[in-house]
Amino acid sequence: MRGRPLLYTSYQEDQALLNTWTKKVIGALFLAFLVVAPFGVVPGFTFLADNDWIKLLSQVLIFAIGALGLNLLTGLAGQVSLGHAFFLGVGAYTAAWLGGEPGGALLGLGLPMWVWLPAAAIVPAIIGVIVGPTAVRVRGLYLAIVTLGLVIIGEYVFRNWKGLTGGSQAGRTHPEFEFRFWKEGTPVFDFAQDARILGIQVSSEISTYLLMLAFAVIAVLVAKNIQRSRSGRAFQAIRDRDVAAEVMGVAEFRYKLLAFGLSSAFAGVAGALLASFVGRTIPERFDLFLSVQFIAIIIIGGAGTVSGTLMGAAFVLMLPRFVRDATDWMAGIVDSGQGVLAWVGDLFIATSPDDFGLINTLPGVGPGLSVDQLNGVLFGLLIVLFLIFEPLGLYGIWLRVRNYWKGWPFTY
Amino acid sequence: MIEGLWLLAQTDGPNRFAEMAAEGLSLGSIYALLGMGLVIIFKATQVLNFAHGALTAAGAYLIAAFASILDIPGRWMPGSPEWLQWTLAVVLAMAAAAGLGMLLERVFIRPMVGEELFAVALVTLGVDIMLRGVTNDFIGTDPRPLGDPFGTQILDLGWVTMAYSEVAQIITAVVLVAVIGLFFRSRTGIAMRATAFDQEAARAQGINVGRIFSIAWAIGAVLATVAGLFISIFPRRSAGVDTATAFFVFRAFPVVIVGGLDSFVGAIVGGLLIGFAESAAVSYVKFDFLGVGFGGIVPYIVMLVVLIVRPYGIFGTEEIRRV
Repeated sequence: MRGRPLLYTSYQEDQALLNTWTKKVIGALFLAFLVVAPFGVVPGFTFLADNDWIKLLSQVLIFAIGALGLNLLTGLAGQVSLGHAFFLGVGAYTAAWLGGEPGGALLGLGLPMWVWLPAAAIVPAIIGVIVGPTAVRVRGLYLAIVTLGLVIIGEYVFRNWKGLTGGSQAGRTHPEFEFRFWKEGTPVFDFAQDARILGIQVSSEISTYLLMLAFAVIAVLVAKNIQRSRSGRAFQAIRDRDVAAEVMGVAEFRYKLLAFGLSSAFAGVAGALLASFVGRTIPERFDLFLSVQFIAIIIIGGAGTVSGTLMGAAFVLMLPRFVRDATDWMAGIVDSGQGVLAWVGDLFIATSPDDFGLINTLPGVGPGLSVDQLNGVLFGLLIVLFLIFEPLGLYGIWLRVRNYWKGWPFTY
Repeated sequence: MIEGLWLLAQTDGPNRFAEMAAEGLSLGSIYALLGMGLVIIFKATQVLNFAHGALTAAGAYLIAAFASILDIPGRWMPGSPEWLQWTLAVVLAMAAAAGLGMLLERVFIRPMVGEELFAVALVTLGVDIMLRGVTNDFIGTDPRPLGDPFGTQILDLGWVTMAYSEVAQIITAVVLVAVIGLFFRSRTGIAMRATAFDQEAARAQGINVGRIFSIAWAIGAVLATVAGLFISIFPRRSAGVDTATAFFVFRAFPVVIVGGLDSFVGAIVGGLLIGFAESAAVSYVKFDFLGVGFGGIVPYIVMLVVLIVRPYGIFGTEEIRRV
């Protein structure tokens, strides 16, 4: 490495998002990788061309957008919130109301995406600011329960407002991803169809994924910029010692409200995108478990950091996939009966109704956990383990690795 | 508001008011039990136990396991009366639940001593997910009956009719409050109060704080089990303990907020208050647009109203914030 990487000669350099040459190069390469990989052209990663993986990656990006909002509120401003799922729901249903099919049993106005997506950001933000003053009055664990109340009251409202949400268990459809000017019949670009852009065949899954990637990049830029702005510094001051912050002149009430509003905006966008991506939602989707998933993303990834949030989103959403693949692989080894691993694995996995094992590969068979339940238990276990052993999450692990190599053996 | 209710009672019939009051009392006693468990754990270990719901379901399942599935100790006492077998099974289940509580505390909470409150609360959330997963696996898809001797019998007291189990509920709650009140006067109880007041000073005085933690969680688990018992039988849920039992406790979290996280009396008062409020709302507030399940959110509405006036709950101690 040439020169002095950490010598900044101007304010712009110091505040830059990509302030080292390494970050610039790695950042560009990673982004290029994300754009190109789904086409199956990256050697070693051709499995990413699989539709399952592309859909999973799209969901990772959507959850990352929502998690960035929660990271702002909980990680940066220190305001514990279990109510994130409520704002996701508000965003999703705002988008449904504005963009949904008009004239049916459910509310819908048929407006295009450039109307419903910003609205899905603005309406939850307004509600977040309205709810804010009650939440700002309380601190710590009391705030956690108040936000829990938000989710529960929200679920009740969603379940009973049948005109908007379709009612309990029935649900409704959400507007599709398509670029159009107003309410014309054929859209300018329809993400539900395969297309041919510049001579390359782009399937509907890939084009949707690229759209989510674009939104995620925008969200990351906004989040990082908030973090290094005056508001971001105010949030961190409030998180660290809010009384001292107020004494120093940081308007605690106003900035806490701002934090709630911003995080609700992120959540709303993520909710609208998630709902339109999946296509159909039921009111029960926006329950406490969804909130806990976002909290888990923040904890596992690293609260207060944007890269931690992204890592956390990838980890939490890919976990079920890995668990399923690992269990299948283990079951395969156990079935073949070869080697020590098969014998050890047999203790853990039950492949037939008579077999004893901790984990079942077939549903509803034997005394062990099904793969779904195993997912749930692992999820809870990971939250606990990360909190006990690595409170800074995956980002903390990355920091340790990086610092180890930075000091080996005495760089500089 | 009290006058309003009284007026309503006189116009709408004292019968309905009495029914509502009885229902409020029985619901309030369950909420009070859950609140007491949460407060004891919070006071002693400074942890808001989000896993209380899972403990409730686990405790109820243990009762079902001992009473109906395994028939312990019934199988060893074939001639004895049903209610005795069942009561012993419940006692055994409470002991097992206490053990479970102590185990959870030792494995998951002890390493987090000294960490900030919210981190530990999140650990309990993780524990809740894990415990619920395992308990639901044991419970299976069908609800498990608890084999209680109350059955569906109803007691007719003239103005009101109450189920036997509801009467038992109220009596049990009163007895437990008295027992715990007495416990707090014993040596261990005083030690627990000292630990709740100032952990370091208690340690300096020679109190084994670790043991206090274990005992607090054991008591909390036992209270959760009793609450779980009453949630899973007639008239709340005739079929037994099932995968949804654990979620009942979320209706009870407002109790500790209204009463104050660190107030035992607050839990009882908050529980009764919210029980009455919910029962009154369900009886008297009948508008079409409210739809289904309004009763479930009444606790949260009460909580929000109380928090606006008293951000630390009615009996909670106000946090002194220092720069």
